Amino acid sequence: MLGFLGMGLKLDPKEVPSPFIGKPTPAFVLPSLHNTEQTIDNEQLLGKVWLLNVWASWCVACRQEHPLITGLRQREALTLVGLNYKDERNDALQWLKQFDDPYHHIAFDLNGDVGIDYGVYGVPESFLIDKQGRIRFKQIGPFTADIINQQLLPLVAQLQAEP
Amino acid sequence: MNLITRAFHAQWRALRLVFGAIIIATLLPSLPTSAVIEQYSFENAQQEQLYQSMIKELRCLVCQNQNLADSNADLAKDLRNKTYEMVTTGNSRKEIADFMVARYGDFVLYRPPVNSSTALLWFGPFVFLALALLIAWRIIRRRRQGTALQDIQDIKLDAQHAARAALQGESPAENHQNPSNKD
Repeated sequence: MLGFLGMGLKLDPKEVPSPFIGKPTPAFVLPSLHNTEQTIDNEQLLGKVWLLNVWASWCVACRQEHPLITGLRQREALTLVGLNYKDERNDALQWLKQFDDPYHHIAFDLNGDVGIDYGVYGVPESFLIDKQGRIRFKQIGPFTADIINQQLLPLVAQLQAEP
Repeated sequence: MNLITRAFHAQWRALRLVFGAIIIATLLPSLPTSAVIEQYSFENAQQEQLYQSMIKELRCLVCQNQNLADSNADLAKDLRNKTYEMVTTGNSRKEIADFMVARYGDFVLYRPPVNSSTALLWFGPFVFLALALLIAWRIIRRRRQGTALQDIQDIKLDAQHAARAALQGESPAENHQNPSNKD
């Protein structure tokens, strides 16, 4: 009985298991953060291994995570797509100016509808998507260097090798 | 009135004020207030009822021990909006629940469905109850036969075996390694 209760201590109740792993990405079409004339959608990313990184300028943990995302850009290991979640356009642009802009594309999700479709319940969250457009990995909360080196990058290498 | 008593009176008045404020502050939350600020209008009573029951059954993912109805979190507000939208466009209870589960998993439901990952949650307590009854039954049976000291030893062993078996789902004898037969 004690052992059973002890097991409970090790589990993190904040980590809600994602029902998305292995499933196709929810479809979205959103305006680009940088250019209101342009749109970004999931279809145009088919055939690429990409990371959907949900962030906002009001999110403190995103600031902590940001250098790691910039590090991913420097490696050119995969396509980085930002989902700017429930943010003000000007705040977001200012934030990128201040902290660097590592993203290939940034989709602007003003009212958080796409966030709901992806089951986002906090920022930051990240989804790794394979060439077929399936979600293969989800990070809840900010990345750490360990998670990137030990989990994300090996998986990216594996997905890049897949058709 | 001398200076000391005047100071005392002033202090007493200030104290009364503070106590008064504390009492009022503690009473306030018990007044009938609702966390739901939005004003929604519904076409009919069934829709309103469905909406009200849905937001009570759906969990707020940010503040996990609250339902959508009680929570003031931003996401809860968005999900209430979504629920309202789905109710007024004629979605059923099941359709709304499926929509939420597809995005947030079974966890979003306060009444999780029975499946392989929730089996322990649903049946665990009964397993423990059965174990307790079994142990109690053994104690009673042995008591009747006497040999009290041996009983305690046996009960301890039984409990250990049962706990191990319950945790590992297999017989403890199989993977138990004795120091003596280690090479």
